Formats: sequence, structure tokens, C-alpha cells
Amino acid sequence: MPNLLKDTTAIAGIGQTAFAKSLPMTELEMACVAIKAALADAGVAPAEVDGLASYTLEPFVEVEVGRNLGLGDVTFFSQVGYGGGAGCGVVGHAAMAVASGQANVAVAWRSRKRGAATSRPWAQVGERLTGAGQWSRPWGLLRPVDEIAMLARRYMHEYGATRDHLANVALASRAHANRNPAALMYDKPMTREQYHASRWVSEPLCLFDNCLETDGAVACVVVSAERAADLRQPPALIHAFGQGLNQQHQTMTNYHRDDPLLGPAWACSKALWRYADFQPADVKVAQIYDAFSPLIPLSLEGYGFCKRGEGGDFTNDGRLEWPDGALPVNTSGAGMSEAYVHGFNLIAEGVRQMRGTSTSQVDGADTCLVTSGEGVPTSALLLRRP
Amino acid sequence: MIEDAPLPEVDALTAPFWEATLRGELVMQRCAVETCRRWRFPPRPMCPWCQSMQSGWEQVSGRAAVWSFIVAHPPLLPAFSAMAPYPVVVVTLDEDPNLRMVGNLLARHDGPINEVDPATITIGERVRVVFRRAASDLALPSWVRDP
Repeated sequence: MPNLLKDTTAIAGIGQTAFAKSLPMTELEMACVAIKAALADAGVAPAEVDGLASYTLEPFVEVEVGRNLGLGDVTFFSQVGYGGGAGCGVVGHAAMAVASGQANVAVAWRSRKRGAATSRPWAQVGERLTGAGQWSRPWGLLRPVDEIAMLARRYMHEYGATRDHLANVALASRAHANRNPAALMYDKPMTREQYHASRWVSEPLCLFDNCLETDGAVACVVVSAERAADLRQPPALIHAFGQGLNQQHQTMTNYHRDDPLLGPAWACSKALWRYADFQPADVKVAQIYDAFSPLIPLSLEGYGFCKRGEGGDFTNDGRLEWPDGALPVNTSGAGMSEAYVHGFNLIAEGVRQMRGTSTSQVDGADTCLVTSGEGVPTSALLLRRP
Repeated sequence: MIEDAPLPEVDALTAPFWEATLRGELVMQRCAVETCRRWRFPPRPMCPWCQSMQSGWEQVSGRAAVWSFIVAHPPLLPAFSAMAPYPVVVVTLDEDPNLRMVGNLLARHDGPINEVDPATITIGERVRVVFRRAASDLALPSWVRDP
């Protein structure tokens, strides 16, 4: 089968709310604000929207979005699961709907209120546990950070990765956020000494190995490449899309397969590069999902930027940092220093890089990799300029 | 026993595992097909290697090695906050390298989960199973050093 998706659709509009520890809006209100802004950015009327794609974690359904924004008759709607793994997935579903003719204007979004400490799912104790958590939480392995720290320790043991490698990730994100007025950490620089002095959360991970917790929403508009060429903004073409759920995977506590450090990125990578016209070495900027810093070296390996076990070393020599790094990563500050909107802000930043409007614009960046959560069934996009 | 700690639901699939813990036995699910006989954990209805739904539970040696570990610091659930910092381990059972379990490393049988100094834990060190009673219907498989 020919690939229907290659360069046939584009992200023509992006929109977002402010990012903050606490916003005086509900998740529905934030979603509506972000979607309205994305449609205005594209120059498309709400009544033209006929496709919707969202996370299964959205607390309301497409019906509410349609009723509030005054959308037209919606002929395609889809949701993707697994939290932070869904981001590029929902954009990919929107793109597939447009490429296959099931919709003409598709909107994808994520709206998330998680600034308040009481809103964290791991802190909610209910009845007895079912699902994967029943094999980890009773022993005090409670939070997502604990689950990833377990893999991180093993990764460091097997391949010699160090906390300085993880600091490279955190410091690059922070430096980029310091250039981005929309970022929560815009006016908070960080040094390597501050990184190493920060408190432990789940050894071997410290506070600055974790993403922020944020209220905020981000949306994007997907149309055909043909239509996008006539709209207000320079299009970010969707060159390739992949999802990945690898064999014998267990979400987050992926300790039970033969090689637990082979995460879903490895499966997703196969789908992503299968039809691509370029290689990882050609990619000049990347937005890599960063709920926790070790996901960056693991993803760099999974998506083919270096060999297995070399992800730690890859972060050295300022390689992830704008403007001179070989692969500036997370140029808005991303989840660790801009906002944690389940990775959807990484998609908006990928689009800005393709438009040439990032606050840390990479010279000559004509392609951008965007990935979603590693450690859970995941997804990724390759964007390019027309 | 940790007051208000989250506990697993004992259901039809997992009952043989938890019933064995009350007898002080560690059992694992194993495919019943003679040509397969692969172990699997966590339990599930179908064998992913031969697609059979016939399986049984067999006692294993309870000998294992530390595969990885973390040390949890606050913020944590109230039930665990008082124990922090405490280590949590993943161990690999001797019977099959793919049988890995999350657990606690204890200094002694029925000791608290924060008694082993995390700085002394090494990946690869030998451990053996003990059982920490957590409710009337289950005990949590836990680990002590077995040098």
C-alpha cells in the first residue's frame, strides 16, 4: 500500500491558554480557549470543523466541545489512550482522517488541570487495586517517577549513564525556557550545581529530573496540505506518523519483558521512519517527551539518533542546547521547564520551529521530530517545511 | 503491616498466588501445555507464547537477584510517608530471567521496609523470599539478603 499520509496533511493552526500552576478555568473552558485560538491562528471558522481527536483522559466528550465552539457536523472523532503517550497519536489520527477523506478540518487538543497537589492520580486511594498497579503499589512503588526511576537505575547500571547526563537534559530545557516568555520557568535560570543540590524524589531521580505540574491547554488544526497552502500561517507538513505498543509491554512498570529497556519508542520508530524521505541524522531539532529526564536518552536511542546505550553520552558537549548543539531538544522548555500539558506543547513548539517563530529558533531547521510519552504505548510525528 | 497501604484485589485469576502467600509459598503461573511450559508473570488468562488458556501454579524456589531499585522520598501517600526514605526493589527469579517482581528488601523477616540502608544495595545481589502479612487474605512477597 502507498502511504496516504506522507506530506498530504499539515498543521495549519496552533493555540494555547496561558500556562500556570493554577488557572481559574475548568478543563472544558481551557480546551475551548485553546481550540478557538488555534482556529483563529489558521483562519478557519469553527463551523468548518468536522473532525475531532483527543486523549481518552479528557474528562468531557467531543459533544461538549462541539456545543461550545459551535462546530459543524462532525464526521470523524477518535480518542487515543495511555496519557502522555497519546499526543502525537491524536494529531496522527486527525491527519489520517483528513488524508483518507473522512474529515476536512480536524482539531486535536489536550486540556489538563494538574497544578494542584490533590489532583494527582497516584495520591487517590480507593478500593483494592486492579490492573498493573496491584503488582507494584502495595510495596510502595507508588508514583510515575518511581516507576521510571526503576528503569533509569537499571539503564545507568547497564550502560554507564550518569546523573550528569540527566542534568544535561534538565539544563538544556531550562536554558530554552529562559528564552520563552510563555514558559513557567522563563525567569528561573538553573545551574548544574543547583541540579545536583536539589532534593531527591525517587533515587536516582531528583526534583529537577521531573516535569512541572501545570494547568493549561494546547490545540492544533489539521487540514490537507493543499488547503494549508492557502491559509494564514506557513504550514507544518506532517511527513510521517507512528504509534508504538511493543511486545510484552506493561505500561510504566515495564519490568516483565525479556528486555525492559526496549520501550515503546522502538516499536514506534519503525512505523515513523518506514516511509520517511530523511534519516535521523538529517533532523536538526527535536521535541522529545520529557515527563522525566531519563526518557530523553532512552528516546534518542529508540528513534535512532544513537546506538543502544549511547543516549547518555549523546547529551554531552551541549549537543541538546540551542543555538550550537547538533540536535537542540525541547526548544520551548517542554514539560520540564515550559509546562506539562501531557506533551501537547511539544507539538506546538515543533510547528513553531517549522514556521521559523520559536523563541529558540534553530537555523535551517526544515524538519522536526516530535515524540510522545516513552514508557507507555506511544506515538511520534515527523514535521517538515513545504 | 502498613496502615492504609494500597492492596491488591484478590480475584479468580490471582487467588492461587495470594492463597499460597498465606502458606509461605511463592507460586508462579505456568503454561500447562507440555511442549511450552513457559512461566508468566504478572498472571493472565492466555499464554503469549502458545496461546493456550490452560495453566497452573507451581511453587518456585524463592531465590532471586536484585535487578534494580529506587529509594522513595516524599511526597508520598500518608501510609508510606512515615517510612521514607525507603527502598523498593525489582528482583529476577532464578527460574526464568523474565520473571521479575516488585518488592521490598527487608533486613529481617517481618522487619519494616526502611531498615536496609539503601547505600548498601547493589544490583545483582542475592536475595530470598519472605512474606509480610498485609491483610487477612494475603501476605506480600518480600526479600531478605541471601549471600
